[in-house]
Amino acid sequence: MGSFLARRVGQAGVLLLIVSIIGFSILHLAPGGPLSQFAATGDMTQEDLDRVARQMGLDRPLPVQYAEWLWRLLQGDWGVSYRDKQPVLRVIGSHLGATLELMLSSTLLAMMIGCWIGVLGAIRRYSVFDTLATVGAMIALSIPTFWFGLVVIYVFSVGLGWLPAGNRYTIGDGSWSDRLHHLIGPCIVLALVSTAVWSRYMRSSMLDVINHDYIRTARSKGIPERRILFQHAVRNALLPMITIAGLHLPTLLSGALVTETVFTWPGMGRLFLDSIGYRDYPTVMGILMFTAMLVLLGSLLADLLYGVADPRIRTA
Amino acid sequence: MTSPVGAIDGPPAKPALTSRWDSPALRRFRRHRLAVFGAVTILVLTLACIVGPFLLPFTDTFIDIRQRFAPPLSGAHVLGTDQLGRDMLARLLMAGRISLAVGFAAMAISMVIGVCVGLVAGYYGGAIGAVLMRFVDAMLCFPSIFLLLAVSAFIHPGVETIILLIAFTAWMEVARIVEAQIKALRERDFAVAAEALGASDARVMIRELLPNAIAPIVVAATLNVAHAILAESYISFLGYGIQPPTPSWGNMLDNAQGYLTSAPWLAMLPGAMITLAVTSFNFIGDGLRDALDPRTDAR
Repeated sequence: MGSFLARRVGQAGVLLLIVSIIGFSILHLAPGGPLSQFAATGDMTQEDLDRVARQMGLDRPLPVQYAEWLWRLLQGDWGVSYRDKQPVLRVIGSHLGATLELMLSSTLLAMMIGCWIGVLGAIRRYSVFDTLATVGAMIALSIPTFWFGLVVIYVFSVGLGWLPAGNRYTIGDGSWSDRLHHLIGPCIVLALVSTAVWSRYMRSSMLDVINHDYIRTARSKGIPERRILFQHAVRNALLPMITIAGLHLPTLLSGALVTETVFTWPGMGRLFLDSIGYRDYPTVMGILMFTAMLVLLGSLLADLLYGVADPRIRTA
Repeated sequence: MTSPVGAIDGPPAKPALTSRWDSPALRRFRRHRLAVFGAVTILVLTLACIVGPFLLPFTDTFIDIRQRFAPPLSGAHVLGTDQLGRDMLARLLMAGRISLAVGFAAMAISMVIGVCVGLVAGYYGGAIGAVLMRFVDAMLCFPSIFLLLAVSAFIHPGVETIILLIAFTAWMEVARIVEAQIKALRERDFAVAAEALGASDARVMIRELLPNAIAPIVVAATLNVAHAILAESYISFLGYGIQPPTPSWGNMLDNAQGYLTSAPWLAMLPGAMITLAVTSFNFIGDGLRDALDPRTDAR
């Protein structure tokens, strides 16, 4: 386990390094580079800009600049948002809660529904239910998230009046039930794609497990079929889902950005879009790096958890 | 890895005069009803977008201010009009030209990048392969919409730049698929034989290895069109993609949210078009996957 852990953490470190190089390159792609936050205001002369560049060390060789930028990044100095005049990391932190709330709740919903659909589809392979689930999953993966959001608002908010059309809570209310009421719409919208993904992977994982020897052994021992399926098979079929959770994270983050926009949810995705609108490059870069690091951390955690849950992986 | 259809070490061609329409792969594809549905839909949709605007009584830019918000199936405008009184059907078809073109073009470019990176990484392996594939892994860490929006914020968006941007964020999966294929294929006898005969690296890669990896590449290309159309609609909806007055299915939805109560068809129609096109490409991809894999006959 020790060497497995060390190797996996080492791989993640290398990836982080490459991720940071890509991020650094995009930052220097921005018109004016890291100086853009001063150039954008327009009230600074070229001399002022040159002086700031010298002060910020932008006249030094790129590798040196990169090393210092990375060092500061790792220490938590991500620059200052020029819209809020606050450290970027603090701005991100104040929007992270809303995004995590949305992502966690929709993942929970998607896992519960998706895994059930997958298991039932695998047990009754090629049945009407399985075919419908397969086609349904493919259509769900093709529906643009923002459009599905608009449909949900049109039907449940405009038409039936059951759900609020946006925001995280009613101003002046903010009770638990009110927050929950506001969460339902965006949660369902974000869960659609995830449910389709979970059901497909759960189905193939279940089909894989059912053909294993230990299932045949269990059958030959005369264990009731229900118990074989739900105690022996499902538990083992759920194991690879840990990896899927890690792999699905980038898609989930992209979906959250769109969902937050449609439902005016005050999360990281909305912050990102607003920052682009304001040309707030430090925040844009900060969120881009933050999401990439989140994905990296997610896949590392998923691999480590898989190693804990399934000892066969560690020796491989 | 079983060899794909028509591989070099496959069975000899049948002497009978069977036409191309009788190939096992095509038979499997035609049996996949959803894939046939997808192929027909895309064909009809593409034709309609190319020819349709010439046949309609209205152009997509004709503004009829007295006919604002005409609902579908009422009067001269079959699918109604938008907030400026422009004909929705004409706009949908013109938008389809842009959206489909972006989908195909972005797919083509992303396939070229992905196949090249995958070929080189899979063939040479070692340090070159490791560096290239770690770069692929790192690119995949960035959620695609965030990457697309971050870069489009820095540049002036036009149709060409949007195509390049989408391709730039969509080639990594292809590179992974091709790399895995080439890595397995290059150990096979025919590849080793070609090398022993003194064929150049480029020749072995392109003439010997690539044709044998074509099946998963074709599937990935189909799914990439679906992905590119979706990506275009996302960033256009968010206001950083195709800019009005050029219509695209995504930017037609951009303003529609404000009219959701009064004119819901403004939001429903373009979204339905996107879903139809993307679903069709996904169905075709699924059908191709089954058709090009000889093992599926066993089931």
